[in-house]
Amino acid sequence: MIKTVYSKGKIVAKTGNEVMAEAMRQIEPDVVAAYPITPATEIVQIFSQFVADGIVKSEYVAVESEHSAMSATIAASAAGARAMTGTSSQGLSLMWEMLYIASGLRLPIVMAEVNRAISAPINIHGDQSDTMGARDAGWIQIYSENSQEAYDNMIQATKIAEKAKLPALVTTDGFIISHCMEVVETYPDADVKAFIGEYKPERYLLDVKKPYTLGSIDLQDYYFEHRYQLAQAMRDSQQIILDVAKDFEKTFGRKYDMYEKYKMDDAEIAIVVIGSTAGTAKTVVDDLREKGVKAGLLKIRVYRPFPAEMIAKDLAKVKAVAVMDRADSCSGTFAPVYSDVAAALYAAGITSPKVVNYVYGLGGREINTEHIAEVYETLGKIASGAEKPSAKVEYINVRIK
Amino acid sequence: MSENKKLSAAELPAGDIVEAGTAQDFHTGSWRSNKPVWNKDKCIHCLACWISCPDSSIKIAPDEKKTTVVTGIDYDFCKGCGICAKECPVKIQAITMEVEKK
Amino acid sequence: MSAKMIEVRWHGRGGQGAKTAALLFAEAVLATGKYIQAFPEYGPERMGAPVQSFNRVSEDPITVHSGVTNPDFVVILDPTLIESVAVTEGVGKDGKIIVNTSFSAQEISNQLGIDASQVYVVNASQIAKETIGKDYPNTPLLGALVKVIGNLDINGVLEDTKGKLAVKFRHKPEVIEGNLSSIKRAYDEVKSHG
Repeated sequence: MIKTVYSKGKIVAKTGNEVMAEAMRQIEPDVVAAYPITPATEIVQIFSQFVADGIVKSEYVAVESEHSAMSATIAASAAGARAMTGTSSQGLSLMWEMLYIASGLRLPIVMAEVNRAISAPINIHGDQSDTMGARDAGWIQIYSENSQEAYDNMIQATKIAEKAKLPALVTTDGFIISHCMEVVETYPDADVKAFIGEYKPERYLLDVKKPYTLGSIDLQDYYFEHRYQLAQAMRDSQQIILDVAKDFEKTFGRKYDMYEKYKMDDAEIAIVVIGSTAGTAKTVVDDLREKGVKAGLLKIRVYRPFPAEMIAKDLAKVKAVAVMDRADSCSGTFAPVYSDVAAALYAAGITSPKVVNYVYGLGGREINTEHIAEVYETLGKIASGAEKPSAKVEYINVRIK
Repeated sequence: MSENKKLSAAELPAGDIVEAGTAQDFHTGSWRSNKPVWNKDKCIHCLACWISCPDSSIKIAPDEKKTTVVTGIDYDFCKGCGICAKECPVKIQAITMEVEKK
Repeated sequence: MSAKMIEVRWHGRGGQGAKTAALLFAEAVLATGKYIQAFPEYGPERMGAPVQSFNRVSEDPITVHSGVTNPDFVVILDPTLIESVAVTEGVGKDGKIIVNTSFSAQEISNQLGIDASQVYVVNASQIAKETIGKDYPNTPLLGALVKVIGNLDINGVLEDTKGKLAVKFRHKPEVIEGNLSSIKRAYDEVKSHG
């Protein structure tokens, strides 16, 4: 039998969506307002069933669009409720205006997000274009490699958001994780509830004893200070995320960090990647290690706030690095994660690693061990000086010519 | 299975344009598990099947008197939903459903 | 990829339960203590259109999340797919194909153009009609797959399936019995050319 990490844990087979809904059931927020969208539909569908069956005491608001979903979630959070929602792709796009309001009002909303390509052309499959587009919206962004991480991240995000007074979204890769049944360890309801604790907002609109105004106009005299507060809150949230991870490990036994280092200690070549592809890449690293190649992997878990100083330190001794983006920026230059990694290295004065950028897997395009092995092969050549690093974005598994 | 060569980014028209008529090449008839069988002798050509068919798979043509009549079933596109058999007048039953070969 | 990992591809038609089969199989195999994955190939849902679903089974945690391209086992729920879909694609010379059919393994191997030793047949539709009362070939094929894979515990699979069905069909015990005996029968009746 498969052993649990936590003494009271239970091994189950669940899809990414099922396990996110399960986390929401255990967290039992006061309000969930959502509008279903593929491939995230099941999360709120299953949760609404919990509400209908009386399994949770949460209020479920079936709204008429994602813009309304985020608006209602904001309203509930402002009123003092623990509020959550779930969406994907076009749904997140329709929330756009309200995403910035959630963070600007410093509301600790938690969103279960399933990464899916952005239209047009219409495509329902997994890539990270949707949340990468929202990377500067003031939301903490936590990405999950698999269903276990999705479950654990949802629980941690609730605590992180409330401590940081920032909204947080937790993602899985569309279909690849959202619809993949895997082995997951879940924890007892009471233990999850004890871990997140009761939500006690300092100020809330329905507190009639201490009335206040929320969301007033802020012109040249105050707007900048408030935006500085927000940016600073994002910077400060890194320590909160690390503290919550430490608590989580102490309670449930699973270790989390801003990112995961896989065989990085003596790595000469490394890939930086986010999400499910990290799991596939780990098998490639294992194969290369058996052949004596010093390959490593750095899997970013928390992309916002971006752990720039930490990453720069951990990549400093690597000879060649490939940053793999499952989103293109259409900026004319590099994709988002590469830009952040390159800036982190430059700011830290680290110039020795050769860093290249690959865009892969848009619209759910296959990315397999052979593709990743080719990237490592190129990195090996760059590290040995046999090949010059590309100065532009390279693409994996796309028909260009 | 149609194994058309997939176009590259350089070959594709910009902006998600697909030329009209591609559904003609996509034979959804292969999805069928039950097939309608049309009995020419029983048919009264009321065209109830033709108007009901969701896949435009009832074939029609003018006869010598220029009256529109049913001429058969287009098995390339018929998905075997059975609506035609259901809509065929009870007293006529010119279309019956049969199991596709297994 | 770890040598111990088994990869399975299911071929069916929309509505036939290829996805459910992969999920049931995964859950049942997890109950015997192995790591599992089950995932469908997704497109717009269309009744009757060819669909695929996949399983991975391993003694160790499974981290790979790419598609299955070289399955060790292929299960075909609907024999009409043999003509229209490349069901043998990526199947190596050690790969095994299980077909729901009334034909013999030799006849199917001729149709598929692969060695008869790789082909297993079971009349899952017939078994389903006789045990469950309807043409649900996916449940009996679970039993056939467990048999052909070889190193899985059929009793563990039956036990887990019984538990799952007991919750779902607590007011219809005959459904539970029918499903379980369909798995047992296909386990016993699946055969190769020998």
